[in-house]
Amino acid sequence: MGDTIKISIRNLYKVFGEQPQAALEHVMAGMSKTELLEKHRHVLGLRDINVDMHDGEITVIMGLSGSGKSTLIRHFNRLIEPTAGEVTVDDKNVLIYGEEELRNLRRSVMSMVFQRFALFPHRTVVENAGTTLKVRGVSKNEYLAEAHQWLDRVGLKGFDNHYPHQLSGGMQQRVGIARALTSNSPIMLMDEAFSALDPLIRTDMQDLLLELQTELHKTIVFITHDLDEALKIADHLVILKDGFIVQQGEPQYILLNPNDPYIEDFVSDINRARVLRVRSIMIPLEGDTVPPEAHGEVRDNDTLESVIARSGGDTSHSYVVIDDNGPVGTLEMTSLIRALVPRVASEAGARKY
Amino acid sequence: MATYDFVFNGLGLRDWCDSGGASSAPMSMADLLAQSGGEGDKEASLWDLPFPSLDALNDSCEKIIQTRDLTKGVEQGFLAIKDALRFVLDPLTQPLSWLLEFALTVFETAPWWMMLPILIIIVYLASKSVRLAVFVAVCLAFLAGIDHYEYAMQTLAIIFVCAFLCVLFGVPIGIAMSRNDTLQRMTIPVLDMLQTLPPFVYLIPLIFLFSVTEPKLYGIAIILYAIVPVVRLTDLGIRLVDSDVIEAADSFGMTDRQKLFGVQIPLALPNIMAGVNQTIMMSLAMVVIASLVSAPGLGVLVLRGIRNLELGVGLISGLGIVLVAVILDRVTKAALNRVNASQKH
Repeated sequence: MGDTIKISIRNLYKVFGEQPQAALEHVMAGMSKTELLEKHRHVLGLRDINVDMHDGEITVIMGLSGSGKSTLIRHFNRLIEPTAGEVTVDDKNVLIYGEEELRNLRRSVMSMVFQRFALFPHRTVVENAGTTLKVRGVSKNEYLAEAHQWLDRVGLKGFDNHYPHQLSGGMQQRVGIARALTSNSPIMLMDEAFSALDPLIRTDMQDLLLELQTELHKTIVFITHDLDEALKIADHLVILKDGFIVQQGEPQYILLNPNDPYIEDFVSDINRARVLRVRSIMIPLEGDTVPPEAHGEVRDNDTLESVIARSGGDTSHSYVVIDDNGPVGTLEMTSLIRALVPRVASEAGARKY
Repeated sequence: MATYDFVFNGLGLRDWCDSGGASSAPMSMADLLAQSGGEGDKEASLWDLPFPSLDALNDSCEKIIQTRDLTKGVEQGFLAIKDALRFVLDPLTQPLSWLLEFALTVFETAPWWMMLPILIIIVYLASKSVRLAVFVAVCLAFLAGIDHYEYAMQTLAIIFVCAFLCVLFGVPIGIAMSRNDTLQRMTIPVLDMLQTLPPFVYLIPLIFLFSVTEPKLYGIAIILYAIVPVVRLTDLGIRLVDSDVIEAADSFGMTDRQKLFGVQIPLALPNIMAGVNQTIMMSLAMVVIASLVSAPGLGVLVLRGIRNLELGVGLISGLGIVLVAVILDRVTKAALNRVNASQKH
């Protein structure tokens, strides 16, 4: 898991307007988004996007509205055609696909979950969930049975014959997820899937997604504007701004090493204790020597919050970090405390005093 | 001398104007009066300045055609293509005559004790409302009670056939319009014209094309008049389908056909049904007017009322038309509401 590249985006550009190819040349020559809009009346959607999405991982694409994230995700199944660039899925170039191949890709390789659910209001919940199989021509009994099973799995037992408008927003999105899962496709595209839900339900849904993922190991592309959500579920985080990638990498790494003021701005509002994990700030073991003065053991995937709770706030403590195979590093409470302060905030503090 | 002489004199066209070849248009009554009355030249004042219309210019220069030449030209043009048009249209529209004759025969020959229950059952199946079924039963019983049963059935038969054909042709046209912007741009002016053209005007060319005894004459007039709303609302309904839902359908790899029949038409159904309702109401309006060209039904009685000044006959049959209209409207609206209820958002 995580080694093979499932989806790869190379040098992807998207320009909206009447003559995108002509405008693209200006973009290639280095014209900025605002300049392009003022001088040529074309909107630059995406600029030079390069992302690899690994098999079985959750890749989160984060950005504020207008950053091009929803545009980007629609390039994967070609709901939007790129102006230039390459999209490969399983090492096959999707952009040269004919109608039939593209339909096949959408039917059995990728399934999509939408921000505003996009359920069919005239069909029952179970029919909605079965849509993805129905379009493939699976018999009614078969797709209803499969849909029923996935509805149970996402916690909608007994709602099969309701209509979407009879369900709450959270439940409707569960149907949306069940619909995507029913297709049994290896890739799931989730376009701000939880953004329309209220915070408590959103947390529930994130947990549901993570729980499903430990079992199903799908390749998930998840779009969000919420950094907390991104950090919670991402294996690989891509941050978009004005149509280009500002930074991408492991979320913990980005949090500790933001390379752009834009991202520093973002991460300064985060509850770092809840998001950062022990493995990101521990000192790896050299040799097999376990320091004798340790106050106990912590798991590498524990959050800093749980370690603080355990230490009772005593900064003199230090812990041995273990993973499934035994000790891997040590953690000093003092370095933990340091990691809680974002770089920007510490600089601001230094200026003040 | 006429007002605009100076124009032709000024342009040096006087010789050309006077070089013979007077207009062949029939003389108008006004001309005739002017000729015989010989009012003579009055003092020309600016207040009397006529608009430089064809007729006014003709007064000054006989080479300019008169407006009467224009109407005559249209008439002759139509008469010239009439035979060719008829050669094409006659066989094409013949099935319409058969359908109308068939429906009229069925509605007229079926005994009332069979027809009324069947109609009431249809009403119940469409509306699933006992109250409405009872209401319709009472209305029909009233019509039958005042011996308007046969006329009402004739009207209904014509409406059934024409509304059915309107839906049969109108829905596909609307679907095609919704999928093709160019087609929509081209069709809308035609629909506008059909909708605004006074109903009587439809009848004029049709009378020349077909014999007045043929049912298709009024059938075509009714269909042309009533097809507009169902076309418009089908087009509108499909275009109004939530783009999110369409995107979802695309993302699951639906074919165009799956999308059309599985998503677009079902979601546009409330609008299409509203169009069907309007179409039925408009065919009812037209079937009354079509009695001028021998369409049977309640309209005949209205026409008799007007022609013979039989006030009572006209008013009572007018009331009968209202009852038929109310029945048709309520039943189609009830069916529409059932569709709406099943797909709230």
